[in-house]
Amino acid sequence: MQLAYNDDHRMLSETLERFVTREYAFETRDAAANSETGYSPGLWSQFAELGIIGALFDEEAGGFGGSGADIALVFEGIGKGIVAEPFHAVLRGGTCLAAGNDAQRALLENVIAGESLVTLACCEAGSDYVADQVGMTATRDGDGWVLDGSKIAVPFGGVADTIVVSARTSGDTRDRKGISLFVVPRSAAGISGNTFLNVDGGASADLAFEQVRVGDDALLGNADDGYAILDAALNRGLLALSAESLGVMTVTADMTVDYLRERKQFGVHIGSFQALQHRIVEVIIAIEQARSAVANAASALDENEKTAARTLSAAKYTTGHTGRRTAEEAIQMFGGNGMIWEVPVAHYAKRLVMIDHELGDEDFHLQRYIALGDA
Amino acid sequence: MDLTFTPDELEFRDEVRDFLKDNLDPDLADRVRNFAHLSREDYEGWHEVLNKKGWLAPHWPVEYGGTGWDVVRRFIFDDECNRAFAPRVVPFGLNMLAPVLIRYGTEAQKEYYLPRILDGKDFWCQGYSEPGAGSDLASLKCAAVREGDHYIVNGQKTWTTLGHYANRMFVLVRTSSEGKRQQGISFLLVDMESPGVEVRPLITLDGRHEVNEVFFTDVRVPVDNLVGEENRGWDCAKYLLTYERTNSANVGASYAALGRLKALGATRTRNGRPLAEDPLFAARLARVEIELDNMSTTNLRVIASVAEGAAPGTESSILKILGTEIPQEISNLARMAMGPEARALRDESSTDRKLTRDDRAALNYFNLRKLTIFAGSNEIQKNIIAKMMLGL
Repeated sequence: MQLAYNDDHRMLSETLERFVTREYAFETRDAAANSETGYSPGLWSQFAELGIIGALFDEEAGGFGGSGADIALVFEGIGKGIVAEPFHAVLRGGTCLAAGNDAQRALLENVIAGESLVTLACCEAGSDYVADQVGMTATRDGDGWVLDGSKIAVPFGGVADTIVVSARTSGDTRDRKGISLFVVPRSAAGISGNTFLNVDGGASADLAFEQVRVGDDALLGNADDGYAILDAALNRGLLALSAESLGVMTVTADMTVDYLRERKQFGVHIGSFQALQHRIVEVIIAIEQARSAVANAASALDENEKTAARTLSAAKYTTGHTGRRTAEEAIQMFGGNGMIWEVPVAHYAKRLVMIDHELGDEDFHLQRYIALGDA
Repeated sequence: MDLTFTPDELEFRDEVRDFLKDNLDPDLADRVRNFAHLSREDYEGWHEVLNKKGWLAPHWPVEYGGTGWDVVRRFIFDDECNRAFAPRVVPFGLNMLAPVLIRYGTEAQKEYYLPRILDGKDFWCQGYSEPGAGSDLASLKCAAVREGDHYIVNGQKTWTTLGHYANRMFVLVRTSSEGKRQQGISFLLVDMESPGVEVRPLITLDGRHEVNEVFFTDVRVPVDNLVGEENRGWDCAKYLLTYERTNSANVGASYAALGRLKALGATRTRNGRPLAEDPLFAARLARVEIELDNMSTTNLRVIASVAEGAAPGTESSILKILGTEIPQEISNLARMAMGPEARALRDESSTDRKLTRDDRAALNYFNLRKLTIFAGSNEIQKNIIAKMMLGL
């Protein structure tokens, strides 16, 4: 039997855990995640210095990782501390940049160094979780393009320096052919944003693109053929969210078990009640299953497209389902204390449920799993 | 994380597959696949095939006839046998009694009984549960009183699986009612042909005869048949239970069952379309398939950690729970897939065709309710996890 985690993985994981435990305690997190920008630029550059951002990309892209195991380990570690920094934004946006031209790849190097932020804007009002439903348009204008339309729920879309955005260059609303990706500076004339904080911390933005003129060098990959790049980035995003969820639920369950041992009612620890024991055991077993689902997804990431997509959906479904269950049981077992802002478990629970609202919830991925099935 | 077999392990898997292809009678596999009744001869015949190859007792020490396989190879072997629809190896002598004898038995007991388990001279059954002692096993009452060189045994055992095939039974008896309940229990080996032993069938809800009640009336058992010390039988019982609970995930068997269920989804219809296209059925099927894929990896993770030297602990309770709930759900979906045809209680004599697994879908569903009850009910497993793993 062979394990795919090697010594480098173990070191990465330990480094991240140490940093999050020491430097990203609950009060620090609470302040950063709910600040105006939704993150802490100071802490973000420290994550970059530690190499945590570089671990998400392979050497060709200027990083030193980028495998399924790397992504899973980083995001599991991030989940353990409910780190609200822009990791998902740079993983999705950065994976697209890595498929681009030299100038676009150079942008990624700055992102890996922690000097600039990139995000991916691919969700529109009414598109739900479907990335091929693209109403935003890009039309030829001399040597360049004009972008028109709007995107919603763009992670850190208010503060990112660079936006990778999907737009339709041909075809109908749901055609995959005809979707193109563009790399646009956030400061480009015609982009306006409505920034908001998320329920679970961090910030997002709804962005409007009005007659935004970009050069031909803004095109990422070939015109009309952007969907494959987008899909690959979103698949990595799915693994990241599933692994993060695993980290969040592991700590949530640990906190709940500790509470069951400490909290006394009727003169005994509430953990002595069998009604609660069996329920927490069911949560623990479900988390072990989620751990396996994430492991399967991490190793499937580079397999053939269909297998990878199906296994990723299995993981997102499993973590979505178990995440909500873990969150609800934690709040219920903490009783009134689980309802209080200053009690960390409440924020872990919020993150677990909100992960289900990124890139597809449990029902969406169960359907995708079925649609991709062999049966 | 990705768990992969080494090239050596893959080679071993191929060797097992080849062996099964050449030695597992297709007719027997077909009957296993179709939930047909298996006779004593069916079980004994399969034991003989494995024994000839030296693969009947993989987990025994090599000196007694074991294979010397590590935990990964033992898993691969079990898994391949399950996927090929080999009959299960009857566990009572091989997997339960033998480890107890090797650990607690006298030299004479080991020398006499172990070879007889391998060559099929003895067919063992298990005498643990009583009408008043199920999950609370230590409350057992079946009594053995010492009289010279014999114990005189009186009482009743129940749920004795395949007791009607067995010629020997290992029995937990009460030899003292003083002190803690666990401290007055002894482990005895009983010859079922002794006067005073009576086996009565217990027909289960699926109409099958698998389990029995066994009554003891003044049965004389030589004191040489005591395993370990008098009143220390609980040690043997606990040791045996840890063996009973290993390999309970039965991943290969569930994949085989899932494959059959998918075939059913393609051939059955609902609302004029293939059942597999019905969104509710598709969702139920997808959920259990994902659970099974997850469990398969959970199982491999446990095996990998045991292979690295960790002691199997509460993980076996986790696998027992998953490994029973998942096959129950698959059997539930197979029952539902059969629609109105599931109700017919078919019998081989009333039809000119061979009955299939699908004909028996409802009976199998009811039969498999046993999974979450036996070998320590799933509620007992949850108690164990809460106590040992979570410290509650």
